[in-house]
This record gives sequence, C-alpha cells and structure tokens, in this order.
Amino acid sequence: MILVIAEHENGAIAPATLNTVAAAAQIGGDIHILVAGQGVGAVGEAAAKIAGVAKVFVADNAAYAHQLPENVAPLVVELASGYSHVLAAATSNGKNILPRVAAQLDVDQISEIIAVESADTFKRPIYAGNAIATVQSSAAVKVITVRATGFDAVAAEGGSAAVEAVSAAHDAGKSAFVSEALAKSDRPELTAAKIVVSGGRGMQNGENFKHLYALADKLGAAVGASRAAVDAGFVPNDMQVGQTGKIVAPQLYIAVGISGAIQHLAGMKDSKVIVAINKDEEAPIFQVADYGLVADLFEAIPELEKLV
Amino acid sequence: MKVLVAVKRVVDYNVKVRVKADNSGVDLANVKMSMNPFCEIAVEEAVRLKEKGVATEIVVVSIGPTTAQEQLRTALALGADRAILVESTEDLTSLAIAKLLKAVVDKEQPQLVILGKQAIDSDNNQTGQMLAALSGYAQGTFASKVEVSGDSVSVTREVDAGAQTVSLKLPAIVTTDLRLNEPRYASLPNIMKAKKKPLEVLTPDALGVSTASTNKTLKVEAPAARSAGIKVKSVAELVEKLKNEAKVI
Repeated sequence: MILVIAEHENGAIAPATLNTVAAAAQIGGDIHILVAGQGVGAVGEAAAKIAGVAKVFVADNAAYAHQLPENVAPLVVELASGYSHVLAAATSNGKNILPRVAAQLDVDQISEIIAVESADTFKRPIYAGNAIATVQSSAAVKVITVRATGFDAVAAEGGSAAVEAVSAAHDAGKSAFVSEALAKSDRPELTAAKIVVSGGRGMQNGENFKHLYALADKLGAAVGASRAAVDAGFVPNDMQVGQTGKIVAPQLYIAVGISGAIQHLAGMKDSKVIVAINKDEEAPIFQVADYGLVADLFEAIPELEKLV
Repeated sequence: MKVLVAVKRVVDYNVKVRVKADNSGVDLANVKMSMNPFCEIAVEEAVRLKEKGVATEIVVVSIGPTTAQEQLRTALALGADRAILVESTEDLTSLAIAKLLKAVVDKEQPQLVILGKQAIDSDNNQTGQMLAALSGYAQGTFASKVEVSGDSVSVTREVDAGAQTVSLKLPAIVTTDLRLNEPRYASLPNIMKAKKKPLEVLTPDALGVSTASTNKTLKVEAPAARSAGIKVKSVAELVEKLKNEAKVI
C-alpha cells in the first residue's frame, strides 16, 4: 500500500499530485492519498476522482493550514505505519515535509526520483543531473519525493475512491504562519506548461521581459528565467529554472539570452525540443539545443512573435 | 546566542563531473573541491548575525574526510569562532549526517542552526529537515530572509508560488536559499588568523552515533546524451522547423 501526500493550492489539487500518483502506480499496490490542510473538503473530493486511487484521507484542521511541517509531519508519520511507501511530489512543500517524516520514521529518504525500477529500486539525478544514480531502499517504509517531469500525469477524473476524515490534530506549537506574498500570473504554471520561454542575463533588464511575455502569450507558454536574471532582479525568484529552482520538461523550451550554465541545464535539459537564441555562438546552450539561432534577441524575439 | 553552522566539502560547482567507467560513482580524483555554495551562504548569515550583535559565538561543523578541514578553515577565515570536524571516510546519507549533527547540537546547545538547503553533489535537500525532526525543533527551509527577535526567529521562505514568512520558536533550524545573502571573500590576514582558531576533531563512535543506512547506491550512470542539434539561419527558418519538423507549435 502506498500513501501519497497530496499537493494542493487554493482549494484545488496541484498537477504534480497526478504525476506522483503515476509514480505510485508504477510501484504497484493500493494507492491512498492524504489531503492535509484547512478547508480542504473539496480538495479531498477532487482527490477521490483521480484515476487509480483507492482511498482518500482528509485531515481538515487549522493546525494543517499552510502545510507547516512541524504539524503535518507527525500526521504523516502516524498514518505511515502499514504502508510500504510514502510519496510526495518534489515541490517546495514535499521537500519541506517529507525528510522530516523520514527522520521520524528513522529511514533514509530518496529524493526526486525520475524512474521506478522496482518496488524498492529507483533512479534519481545527482550532481545537477550530470549523473543518474540507481538507489535501492531496504527501509520498511520507503519515503520518496517524485520529480513530476519524470512521470506522465494520471487522469484527474475517472476514479471513485472512498473518502475518510482523519480527526488527529497535531499542533507542535513551535511554528506559526505569518504571511505570504504569492506571485500572480495568468500564464500557465511553469512546471506544467507545454511551452516555456525563458530569459537570462542577455535580457539586460526586467522591462525587456515584456518581449518574452508577448511571445509567451502568443504561444500559450509559461515564462521562466535563469538564475542570473533572477539575481539581477529582472524577475521574481519563483520563475527560476535550474538545479536550485524549478525543474521543467516541456514539449518546447526556448532559451533566450541564456548562456547555459550546468545549473540551468539541470532544470530544463529533459525538454523535448530546446531552442536557443543567443548572440554568442560559443554559448554552451547551443550544445544541448535542437535548434540554435545566433542572433540579437531584441531583433529575433519580436520577429518570432510575429511569425508564430 | 550561539549559532551552529554545518558546511560540506563538495566538488566545485563549476566542475563538470564524469561518471566512472565501472559505474561505481563519479570520478572525484584530482577534481577541485570547495565549500558547498549554500553552506557559504549559511556561514555568511551567521557572521552577519554576529556583526548585528545577535550571535555571540559561531561554531562551524563539517562531517567528512580529514580534507574537510580546508572548508572549516575557510569558514573560520570568514568569521566563525571555532570548528568541529566529525571525521568519517564513509559516504554517509543525509539521515546519518543529521544524526551526527544532532549529537553535536546536544553537545553545543546552539539557539540557531543554519545549513544550506541542499548540497550540489547529492542534491538531496534533506539534512536540515531531518536534523529539525530529530531535535524536535521548528524548521525554516529555503530561507531568503532571517530575523531573530527575542525567543523567536522570523524566516521568509522561497516557495513554488512566491514567498512565505513563518515565525519559529528558538532553538530552530534554518536552511539557506540562494537569495539570502551574497557571501563575502576571506581576506589574507583573516586566512592567516583562521589557522590559529580551535578545530576539534571527533568521530561518529565518540558521538555514539550509528551511521547505518537503509539506502544503497547500486550504480551511477551518465545521463542519456541529447542528439546534436542544428543551427538555423533565420527566425523564419526556425519557425518553419518548429512547425513542420519538430511539430511543437
């Protein structure tokens, strides 16, 4: 039996949950989902419709609002006995909570798996994706985070799992939510977008990102950025693609004014088709690009926007 | 208050590593090693807390081979007061590291422990959270801002959708994200002074910690190489290829 911790936001199941259930299905066995939060009844009902899910636990309690790990981890630990695997998406929530669960269960965690070899053996990237390790776990409960781009999402509809309320309220009283500043965007979510247009230091300033937004809107794409663009203050950090930012694997990734450092490639080199637009023909990005265009981006991007 | 900072010796972030021919791991012979970039940010934050008068002592700890003393000396040169090396030649998992750090935390009783959010070699992003769990402390992961006031610390965290601020009771664990600060360089006089600062060497046995693991790495392979691409001459040609050849737009 596999327990999947649901990733959810604004009262809806996050897409990464569907990829995590897909990884669980490859492992094999009954799949149960835990939805923890406050006012998450509708999320629980949505989780019950996910294809392949047998049961949904809903822990609706003020203690679980904002997914504070000090409170959610003990809840997961309490439920975990009896399960062979506990899975969560490798999102900021999953990464925050799951190692706390693993330590409380006294087992090693396997982070960001990209493939399931068998019920106890998994593949994961190390060294910024420059090597792939095959790791075997002998833990009674295998605690694993799943890289969403490694697994095709299961259908969000079609299932009819039983929903069970969990009354346990764990409030460690050690931490409190203060505030959040969420970036607003009408464009597709970066990690789930089919097309991603990313800008780097070559964009020169934040104002120039308007060229990428215009292109992205024409393509129905999400907009990302390299660390250089984020550190320079061109765009907020939640747009960063790379080893330490978001991992994307869209159908099409267009890198504009990005040199292609190892750390950036770690976040996008599994994209199906990579396009690089850069005026430096020696830029490392051209080594991974399927189509490279050596050009001034300020001429190429408006022209590209017109032609697509 | 006392601040404990954990640092890791890793392959330098600019090195493109190669997988060994026998698939037993990556080849680290004659490769430049450095302090993990996130750990540099952790040391910097501790030093800034001391400069603000919040921290009174900074203890830096590393777990690894004898050569990890180099990274501890670097931290001392940056402003840490003393160092602890838990010497081990084994390839330890995050849980084992967290257990060893817990033993050091029990011994040193710091009010704040700062770690990097992940090491750029194993890319695990686990140790800080595991240490928090074992210590029973609150955790402020992926921190972009840290403010201590009284018996609590306010941590602004980088999350997928933006930023989140939490308030944690001290003692607490903080892990650093890239945007927390810009680490300074060690000056030559400070590097010389660092050689005289105390560096204690311990072992897992002396700390009474078992480093047994439930994970085993079976093999390490190179990732699948991408087939070579082509250079297009114009935007028009690019659009034509994307539409008709790649069929992605």
